[in-house]
Amino acid sequence: MDYQGIIAKYKDVPGGIIEAYHAVQKELSYLPEEVIVEAAKIFNMPVAEAYGVATFYSYLSVEPRGKNIIRICESAPCHIAGAAEVIAALERELGIIMGETTSDGKFTLEYTECVGQCQSTPVITINGKPYAGVSPAQIAAILAEYR
Amino acid sequence: MAEELRIVLRNYGKIDPLNIDSYIALGGYKALEKARGMDQKGLIEEIKQSGLRGRGGAGFNCGQKWQFAYMAPAEQKYVVCNADEGEPGTYKDRLIMQNDPQSLIEGMAICGYAIGANQGYIYCRGEYPYVVEVLNQAIAQAKDKGVLGDFDIEVRMGAGAYVCGEETALIESIEGKRGEPRFKPPFPPAQGLWQKPTIVNNVETFANIPVIVDKGAEWFAAIGAPAYPGTKVFTLTGDINNKTFFEVPTNTTIREIIYKLGGGIPGDRKFKAVQIGGTSGAFIPEAQLDTPVAFDAMAAIGATLGSGAVFVLDDSRDIVDVVTRIAGFFEHESCGKCAPCREGTMRTAALMEKIEAGEGANDDIALLEKLGRVMSYSCLCGLGQAAPTPVLSTIKHFKADYNAKLL
Ligand SMILES: Cc1cc2nc3c(=O)[nH]c(=O)nc-3n(C[C@H](O)[C@H](O)[C@H](O)COP(=O)(O)O)c2cc1C
Ligand code: FES
Repeated sequence: MDYQGIIAKYKDVPGGIIEAYHAVQKELSYLPEEVIVEAAKIFNMPVAEAYGVATFYSYLSVEPRGKNIIRICESAPCHIAGAAEVIAALERELGIIMGETTSDGKFTLEYTECVGQCQSTPVITINGKPYAGVSPAQIAAILAEYR
Repeated sequence: MAEELRIVLRNYGKIDPLNIDSYIALGGYKALEKARGMDQKGLIEEIKQSGLRGRGGAGFNCGQKWQFAYMAPAEQKYVVCNADEGEPGTYKDRLIMQNDPQSLIEGMAICGYAIGANQGYIYCRGEYPYVVEVLNQAIAQAKDKGVLGDFDIEVRMGAGAYVCGEETALIESIEGKRGEPRFKPPFPPAQGLWQKPTIVNNVETFANIPVIVDKGAEWFAAIGAPAYPGTKVFTLTGDINNKTFFEVPTNTTIREIIYKLGGGIPGDRKFKAVQIGGTSGAFIPEAQLDTPVAFDAMAAIGATLGSGAVFVLDDSRDIVDVVTRIAGFFEHESCGKCAPCREGTMRTAALMEKIEAGEGANDDIALLEKLGRVMSYSCLCGLGQAAPTPVLSTIKHFKADYNAKLL
């Protein structure tokens, strides 16, 4: 992937390193070491600082992740609405536990805090797209869209 | 009272958010034109007189803040919209941005004229990539129409950090750094983004601006509670029949929101507690439900209006379980810059887990109370200062739930 090209696009954006990371992650799902080294060079900061930015934000990852990132909201409104059962269904369906990636590299399961879709709880997102008011019974059908 | 009154959401469902013409057809951008016909001081005075106070949680007088930035001498100033909306159970800013983005943009442009800034930023949380798209389209249309004049707006996307809702952490994040709060003072109206005078206001605050300019300060000041006039948008979650949003005058009581608008508690269950203002708010018992939601009335009972999240628990819910989860939230979201918050949120979470597991004793409650008190005045920013509130308020009002789990 041409990560240099992507990062270069943000060169003249003041404070643009986070935007550049978002753009790389859209293609790669995570930020490999060489991306961080390149970003440090382009945005003219020590590599340690560029790494510090990459590791501060929970939606940025320096660890490889799957193609599709499934996040489950564990904030209080979703918690009392049965987020734990949805988590159990996702873990069962994918054969992994929270924080892991399937061996085919297709799915990663992550916790998130409130994603602002609490009109119907519990809520999961897949690649940022929200699914509000999900029940364990719906999980297989939702995942089928991404298999 | 207990009737909906839509000021902020005046255009909700009435316009096509992706078509600026439908906003203009309903009088959109008339207020900006009117504002630009006023002198800057007069405009700021009007906003001040309206009594509008920030809707992002701190409740600072909006016109007063603008005046600080107006008076700060600088070539370059900035207008920043806080669209980080991180308080769990809150989605009111999303509603505004998805359904009426031009109101926000117009409000920001009016602020830009008032303080003398030609550049705005909207910092939108990373959880809302689909809102970023709406905003970018709306900004492009406003530029095409030429309504913004020389005022420009750029959208920046956050990346999942609750602390970035704190205005100086947000500024650090726009600058492309770790989102750690700054020491204050200096406050942003004096030295904010790239050390330039900067206004940071919440989405809902900005959305109020065009109406105030249009209808006048007097009109606005007469709505709701005199010390915190206008309306507030609430989002209802938890054990409540109408899990939806309402915009009401600020003199509406908590009871009216839960029982009249919210339709009460589902099934045969009884009310147990309500947490207002988001996850950092106090848990409020039945006896205090007749409190008006306005900022100062809430402060008087040790609670907050905060973001306007209303999280209701029925009598089947275990308070200790819920507060343990909330303690986990703060442990995760603490940025780690100051020790009282970094260590305090971690210890609080550990103590709550211990109690939740049935391994806690009375001493642990005493420790939680002491730790909470220390954090409330020693933490650097509002995150750590408010983090103990759910713990302290439930120990105060729902002690029986704790006692049931102690050794
Ligand atoms: C931990 C923390 C999180 C915050 N999150 C938000 C937020 O998501 N949205 C917001 O508008 N204000 C938030 N605030 C308040 C801002 O610091 C600031 O007071 C506000 O943006 C000012 O705008 P206003 O005067 O229009 O309310 C937060 C404060 C703290 C301490
Ligand atoms: S609490 Fe889960 S989406 Fe808001």
